[in-house]
Amino acid sequence: MRSAHRPFGVFLTVGMLAAAAAAAGAPLQDPQPSPSPEASPTPPEAPPPAEPPTEVVPPGAGGAGGPSGPLPVYGPSSSKIFNPDIAVIGDFLGAIGKNDSEFATPSLEMHEVEATFQAIVDPYARADFFFVFAPDEVGVEEGFITFTSLPAGLLLKAGKMRASFGKVNQMHNHILPWTDRPLVTQNLLGGEEGVSDAGLSLARLFPNRFLFLEAIAEVYRGESPELFRAPERGDLTFVGRLRGYRDLTESANLDFGGSFARGTSVDEVHGLHTRLIGADLAFRYRPLRRAIYRRLIARTELVWSRRELAAEGPTNGETDAEEGATAARAFGAYASVDYQFARRWFAGARLDRSERADDPSLVDKGASLLLTYWPSEFSQVRAQYRHASYGDGIKANEVLFQFVFSIGAHGAHTF
Amino acid sequence: MTTFKLLPFAFLGVLVALPAPAGAALNVITTTADLEALAREVGGDRIKVESLARGYQDPHFVEAKPSFMIKLHRADLLIAVGRELELGWLPPLITQARNSKIQPGGAGYLDASLTARILDIPTGQITRAMGDVHPSGNPHYWLDPDNGKRIARAIAAKLSEMDSANAAYYKERLADFERRVDAADQGWKAQMAPYRGVKVVTYHRSWSNFADHFGLDVIGYVEPRPGIPPSPSHTIALMKAMREQNVKIIIVEPYFDAKTPNSIARETGAKVLVMPPSVGGLPQASDYIKLFDTDVKMLVDAIKATGAK
Repeated sequence: MRSAHRPFGVFLTVGMLAAAAAAAGAPLQDPQPSPSPEASPTPPEAPPPAEPPTEVVPPGAGGAGGPSGPLPVYGPSSSKIFNPDIAVIGDFLGAIGKNDSEFATPSLEMHEVEATFQAIVDPYARADFFFVFAPDEVGVEEGFITFTSLPAGLLLKAGKMRASFGKVNQMHNHILPWTDRPLVTQNLLGGEEGVSDAGLSLARLFPNRFLFLEAIAEVYRGESPELFRAPERGDLTFVGRLRGYRDLTESANLDFGGSFARGTSVDEVHGLHTRLIGADLAFRYRPLRRAIYRRLIARTELVWSRRELAAEGPTNGETDAEEGATAARAFGAYASVDYQFARRWFAGARLDRSERADDPSLVDKGASLLLTYWPSEFSQVRAQYRHASYGDGIKANEVLFQFVFSIGAHGAHTF
Repeated sequence: MTTFKLLPFAFLGVLVALPAPAGAALNVITTTADLEALAREVGGDRIKVESLARGYQDPHFVEAKPSFMIKLHRADLLIAVGRELELGWLPPLITQARNSKIQPGGAGYLDASLTARILDIPTGQITRAMGDVHPSGNPHYWLDPDNGKRIARAIAAKLSEMDSANAAYYKERLADFERRVDAADQGWKAQMAPYRGVKVVTYHRSWSNFADHFGLDVIGYVEPRPGIPPSPSHTIALMKAMREQNVKIIIVEPYFDAKTPNSIARETGAKVLVMPPSVGGLPQASDYIKLFDTDVKMLVDAIKATGAK
């Protein structure tokens, strides 16, 4: 176990050293100019004493080559300046209509409160924390450091993160274009929590003249509720992603990617694995001259899941001889369109289809229509009509409505 | 398994060893076309400069496209407007640019607002009930030729610091630019002189510095609050104020919907003037001086046509 653990310690240490060396290289090479009292022209009529009484000049004090003037006072006034940007985002969700399935949400619910703290750590890194308060959970949704000054187009993140698997997995609830997550997320990607774990993420840019290309390699402890479990240190989750992007015109672009994830399944029998492969594609159109009034985003994500099951579990015929277990192969996808038709109004639609990871013979299907109104950049009211036909024969017709509201720092808009 | 787990380490080692390509000309990226124009005035052919936003685009709402990330990745110097204008889109681009030079506080990061004259710095309690206020002042400060000179000086100082071999070149270009702005400004002020104090309404609070420099009296805004779209009650109050004070000019930035300004104009007999607040906002506003040539001419023509006072 220790041998499995150590290389990642080395990996992180090297990453941090590389960050420090790359960004602090210049200051390290420049020798600190030593204070030279002779530098200033001294009047000749005042001969200096042969041996002036020496005194240790505290670093940072005037005359030591450091900043002059009063030393910083660690009182409330100066500490406030360095407080992180803080925001609190509320996500209130309601439901009207019929849904007898396990996916049903309560009639009225303070679905989630998210508190965010974000700031630059030092010249080499920034940190982002997202705490979540939900009816059945209080926890760290994400909390990570990002080393922004690594060489060679590298970006290293360490902490708890939503894994870079596809698009929706990386989105927090309040920035989703819907009130819910697609059925494929519920069935194959671990539900609302998704692939979200403590780990390391290393991303590299491959600058070239044709397209934006980024490769991301991530390793996680292996604990994502409903998806991966890690009773032992070796039960790590690996995630890989290749993302491409290309401007078609100044107003239109294509964003596409492929993702991979593998980890130890949540199962009573230890040592079974779940493998996920994903593909995603998004087309965006936003005319620059009317950017605040019109935009169109069409997107789709496809996920193929292969989950090893203990021999007695349901099967779709395939038997893994090596493990003495069967594997369930399930496929799921969604396709959606969002269209902004006025400064504050958005309309959308989404189609869902997903098999269940443990039993691909059960297929859940759904269709949604959405209308969103933004009173301002800081609040949003949304209604979603959702029809679903679940694999176990349950049909649901609902109207979901949502209020999202944020106070505090103005966050950046995700792309 | 162990060798597999050492792979990222080896990968990192190889990548770190790759030398960075050394370019001749400084690669400058600006957030807006105005800063691009000013950097070009100072940097001439010794720099490569490109803006992320276009002049006909609302600079508050630019998308953080991955292609911008690549441009920032290659940049030696990033010049930003600051005063939270780019708050909604620049920070994630900088974070993901993988470029230590252009991180805030880095040697290659220049906030152009630091030496400019900033108006509309709010005092007292600020809340979002006031709309999308900029707590550190109005970020549309480039629309004052004196600030244009100040920004150009800051850019010249930064370029000279980063590329001392060409410091004399940048100094000469800066001096030439300041001479040309001063000469042109005399002409603009002369054209505007008969109309000092003329009352106007603007869509957004983009024209505070422009109005201050050329002596316009902005009596109201089409937006009820910064960043909040027009509302019927505010529009009625604005029309009443315009009638009372005989306001004949409504200045609208090209990226705003002219529907409400047009209906206000119909009701009050005023004229809607779609005036570019940035270089490239209209084709003829192709550099910093031509931006003012364009705006001053459009404004003077509109004042003459409407008999505004």
